[in-house]
Amino acid sequence: MAVRVNFAPVHDDDDARERLEMDLLLEAIQRRYGYDFRGYATASLRRRLWHRVYGENLETLSGLQERILHQPPAMERLLRDLSINVTEMFRDPGFYRSLRERVFPLLRTHPFIRVWNAGCSTGEESYSLAIALREEGLLERTRIYATDIDSEALARASAGTFPLERMQRYTENYLRAGGTEAFSSYYVADGDSARFDPSLVDGIVLAQHNLVTDGSFNEFHLIVCRNVMIYFGSALQEDVLQLFGDSMSRFGILALGRKESIRRSRHAEEYEPLDEAEKIFRRRI
Amino acid sequence: MAAVQLVAIGASWGGLQAVECVLGALPADFGAAIVVAQHRQAREDHNDRLTSLLDGRCELVVREAEDKQALRPGVVLLAPADYHLLVEPGEVALSVDAPVNFSRPSIDILLRSAADAYGDRVAGVVLTGANADGAEGLARIAARGGAAIVQDPDTAVRREMPDAALATTPAARVAALEEIGPLLVELVRSGARTG
Repeated sequence: MAVRVNFAPVHDDDDARERLEMDLLLEAIQRRYGYDFRGYATASLRRRLWHRVYGENLETLSGLQERILHQPPAMERLLRDLSINVTEMFRDPGFYRSLRERVFPLLRTHPFIRVWNAGCSTGEESYSLAIALREEGLLERTRIYATDIDSEALARASAGTFPLERMQRYTENYLRAGGTEAFSSYYVADGDSARFDPSLVDGIVLAQHNLVTDGSFNEFHLIVCRNVMIYFGSALQEDVLQLFGDSMSRFGILALGRKESIRRSRHAEEYEPLDEAEKIFRRRI
Repeated sequence: MAAVQLVAIGASWGGLQAVECVLGALPADFGAAIVVAQHRQAREDHNDRLTSLLDGRCELVVREAEDKQALRPGVVLLAPADYHLLVEPGEVALSVDAPVNFSRPSIDILLRSAADAYGDRVAGVVLTGANADGAEGLARIAARGGAAIVQDPDTAVRREMPDAALATTPAARVAALEEIGPLLVELVRSGARTG
């Protein structure tokens, strides 16, 4: 993101004005476009909003508000800035090992398995899940519902092509994640892209879903939502954990990012840890 | 001046010993919360080795930050490998946004968010490193009236990062590595007395 050094002193008055501009901008986005970012964690949100201010060659958050109200394409660009989560295939290999060792044996007992990959972004995680499930012989009876707020990210996930240059890193991740095949057997090189086996995406249903404003749409045996809620404030996190609870089958499993916690949540008592370090929890009811 | 409630430290090449030296000089009843962004390989530290190492070598409690973990006086929260650490009022937040200048955690992101959340109640510290990370964030802390401290480049394993910080924040206090801990103690105490 653009680095701008401002040497001018910042006064409390400037702070108060920026907060007001930010509140008004988020209110405008919510009322005009229905996307509600008001419960997001402030620091990352502020950073992303200013990134768009500079990207539009503007000076202020108020200027961005005018731009997005009068030019819907600017809102799409802002939405992209606010929603894209950078991810990679088999990020945190230990998490996927834990899925294989502790979670899949539990899923295996179900004749049909429903997985919700919430906040799937451009699909790297969904494909990783599909590959792990296939190698455990479970993909044929699994449906992965991969959802994201951003339709363009979903379109990229649907294409199943990822930058070829990343395959070396993904291969290392995959091997450390307990992969049993040659990772290169899952894709073919196509120019600068790696085009993944289309049969992987057969088991994946991609759909637009906003964790903040949309409700429950099915009951899942496993919900994977990693490094998505870190962008939410504590109150919004509570709402989303409620949504996940409402969207789970009996003894459903919730997998969060390695540095996320439900300890401080009022929903904490509803879960028991399956793997404390990898933040995989099983619902008690 | 206002009481310093938060100390935000950035370190890169040679930073482990430098961070250990600074934290080691702070007493268990240190009156401010501490956040640290130390550049490191994403792979090397999945078992929080850096955290337990530092925790064992200083009087303060050292933890790898969890998302939305509360900031408490005398508790050090380290940015986890491969995450950005950001400061919110009273707590920290994590992000997996793209690396900034090849770094995640980014020191600039940490210092800037600390300035935004704590204004003149933050002390920012830039230690040894072979890049320019932290220079922008430290300028932001200074602009908001916080205390800006830079390790004397002559005492740094790599001087590029302190030099870059001094270029954006010429008014920053320059201190030899072993002077930084005592200086922080003084800032927290004197602020508490007069602020």
